[in-house]
Amino acid sequence: MSTEYNFAYLDEQTKRMIRRALLKGVAIPGYQVPFASREMPMPYGWGTGGVQVSAACLVPDDTLKVIDQGADDTTNAVSIRKFFEKTAGVEVTEETAEATVIQTRHRIPERDLTENQILVYQVPIPEPLRFLEPRETETRKMHALEEYGLMHVKLYEDIARHGHIATSYAYPVKIEGRYVMDPSPIPKFDNPKMEMAALQLFGAGREQRIYAVPPYTKVVSLDFEDHPFERGGAQQACGLCDAQDAYLDEVIMDDAGTRMFVCSDTDFCRERREAGHIGEMGMPITEDAA
Amino acid sequence: MINIENVSKNFVLHNQNSVTIPVMENANLLVKAGECVGLTGSSGTGKSTLMRMVYGNYLTQAGKIVVGDLDIVTALPREILNLRRDTLGYVSQFLRVVPRVPTLDVVSEPMLAVGVEREAAHARARMLLTKLRIPERLWSLSPLTFSGGEQQRVNIARGFAHEYPAMLLDEPTASLDGENREIVLSLIEEAKDRGAAIIGIFHDEAARNRVCDREVDVSTYTPKAA
Amino acid sequence: MTPLLKVENISKYYGNRLGCRDVNFDLYPGEVLGIVGESGSGKSTLLNCLAGHQEPDTGEVVFDTRVEGLKDTVTMSEPERRMLSRTDWAFVHQNPRDGLRMSVSAGGNVGERLMAVGARHYGDIRSTAIDWLDKVEISDDRTDDRPSEFSGGMQQRLQIARNLVTGPRLIFMDEPTGGLDVSVQARLLDLLRGLVRELGLSAIVVTHDLAVVRLLADRLMVMKDGHVVETGLTDQVLDDPQHAYTQLLVSSVLQV
Repeated sequence: MSTEYNFAYLDEQTKRMIRRALLKGVAIPGYQVPFASREMPMPYGWGTGGVQVSAACLVPDDTLKVIDQGADDTTNAVSIRKFFEKTAGVEVTEETAEATVIQTRHRIPERDLTENQILVYQVPIPEPLRFLEPRETETRKMHALEEYGLMHVKLYEDIARHGHIATSYAYPVKIEGRYVMDPSPIPKFDNPKMEMAALQLFGAGREQRIYAVPPYTKVVSLDFEDHPFERGGAQQACGLCDAQDAYLDEVIMDDAGTRMFVCSDTDFCRERREAGHIGEMGMPITEDAA
Repeated sequence: MINIENVSKNFVLHNQNSVTIPVMENANLLVKAGECVGLTGSSGTGKSTLMRMVYGNYLTQAGKIVVGDLDIVTALPREILNLRRDTLGYVSQFLRVVPRVPTLDVVSEPMLAVGVEREAAHARARMLLTKLRIPERLWSLSPLTFSGGEQQRVNIARGFAHEYPAMLLDEPTASLDGENREIVLSLIEEAKDRGAAIIGIFHDEAARNRVCDREVDVSTYTPKAA
Repeated sequence: MTPLLKVENISKYYGNRLGCRDVNFDLYPGEVLGIVGESGSGKSTLLNCLAGHQEPDTGEVVFDTRVEGLKDTVTMSEPERRMLSRTDWAFVHQNPRDGLRMSVSAGGNVGERLMAVGARHYGDIRSTAIDWLDKVEISDDRTDDRPSEFSGGMQQRLQIARNLVTGPRLIFMDEPTGGLDVSVQARLLDLLRGLVRELGLSAIVVTHDLAVVRLLADRLMVMKDGHVVETGLTDQVLDDPQHAYTQLLVSSVLQV
């Protein structure tokens, strides 16, 4: 750890401010709490909200995991992990089971999380109604008065245009029967996982909002009676570890367009392979099963 | 049924230095059910004016005009609207309609307004239009495209669609030829027979003599020049 | 019979400038009230105060609500008023863009109010929306088109459908035919008249066009410089105007 910086980069007063916002968020699940987002040594749009929330939560004996679209080894995940190694000196890990704080961009780990863990989401646009109602004054009123008809208009438009609800990520959810929330651009496949034992915190640095979903909170994905929510399935098994029901990434193998589907959650895949599960490994899948 | 008591009217023309023009003073007239009274007097003496005052279209400055049991002079707008819908009919000289509405609907409207079923209203409308010799091919067209005589007959059909206990007829036979005039006069007689109280203005003396039980010269109500 | 709307002593000032003052009237179910005046007469201010878009400085606007009887909408809480304006009240703006979501399909625009009061069955919402588009003479095949692709008259008719879908009892209209071609106006007025009658609506229509008011309104209020100068039956006020200003207004209308 470098001694040039305060623990986890932010000064203590800033951390207090963020913690106050987090407590408020936890007290009002799904409600967007404004906070004074700081200048971070990374540009807006690169996870500054998540980083600030993590920084406020970390204590010296935490173990941190950082993933980006499920993987620990992308450039951004690596940079953020290194950032906290340098400024906080905490243990870091790629194993979901070992981590106490997990910062994620756009995915929820496949493995069930526990009451000892905190999941920190990076959020680009916190306001689920933004695309239909550009005025902040109006969306705040809508949340305050629980006027969510517009959210269903968006889903209606999807069905009218595509025959089904086409939203496949950042699928809006209703928290504990009150606030409608944007779960960040996680695939809708992950929505059901949001009812979990761990604490979920959401940080949007550019938009300056924090929100939270406490453990065991009811999270319901919006839908219509005659078009119920479908999380979508894995159409097939992971090519490497043979997981039947995980979220898969598509990998193009060669110029001929052969493709392979592998777990998006790299740690989950590794764990399964070490336990002896083998998919159609080594050989690329020759038919296009998608 | 229609009781006009000591009624006076004047016009104040603000755009001409607020000059006051008295047009009627101490008009008195009682019309009983089943009676038809013709208003006479030369042009400009106030025949149409008196009729409009009874209808509530013109304000009355003094006196009482009681139709049924409502005094028009002191009535609320709402009460007059209800009266016009249920009790007091008015056939003016000109047909005034909303554009685009077919003739059949124009004639059915007063019946629909009092709650008659659409089918029954249309049936009676057809009967009246046939009686007044408006050809069936015109029933689905707006009367605004018709000739003057045809428009007047549609106007009359509409005026007689609902059986009003009191009616005001302003030149109902003007611009009609002999045969059509005859039909309209018999409609008026039918109305009298069922007990309607009618005030009418007829320039045509023969028509007047036929349907009016008595005549009243409105120039007797014209204020004398000072 | 209880009035649907009881307006008492409404006044609104903009600093020292008068918007409108001392406005009083009752409106009964099924009645259409026209408010005419020229620019600056205060008619739009009055309409905004009545519809809850602006807060009046004095006065009450008492509405006969379905559930709680007579309530003053001026002192109502905002959530209540917003709910009212989505269910029992309707507001047709002069410019349809102010009353529509231009990036949402016609069906979505009409369905929004239903979804806002809890409708959750896509099929039912869609068929209700198509019903209403029919009523305002917009053909089915335009259900999924956006209003940005419609003509002005169609946008206005869509706005009407959007407002009427929750069965309001009172509809406020601000220059509903302003800016439309004459033939389009006629069609729209005819439609409005029919709907008002068929649904037993009460309406308050603000306009500077006397022909519109003669066609639509049972009663008329004439405003000048923030005051009501004359009121009465529409045909009486237009045929036998008493106030100097009304006489001027009526005589100024161009004959065609």
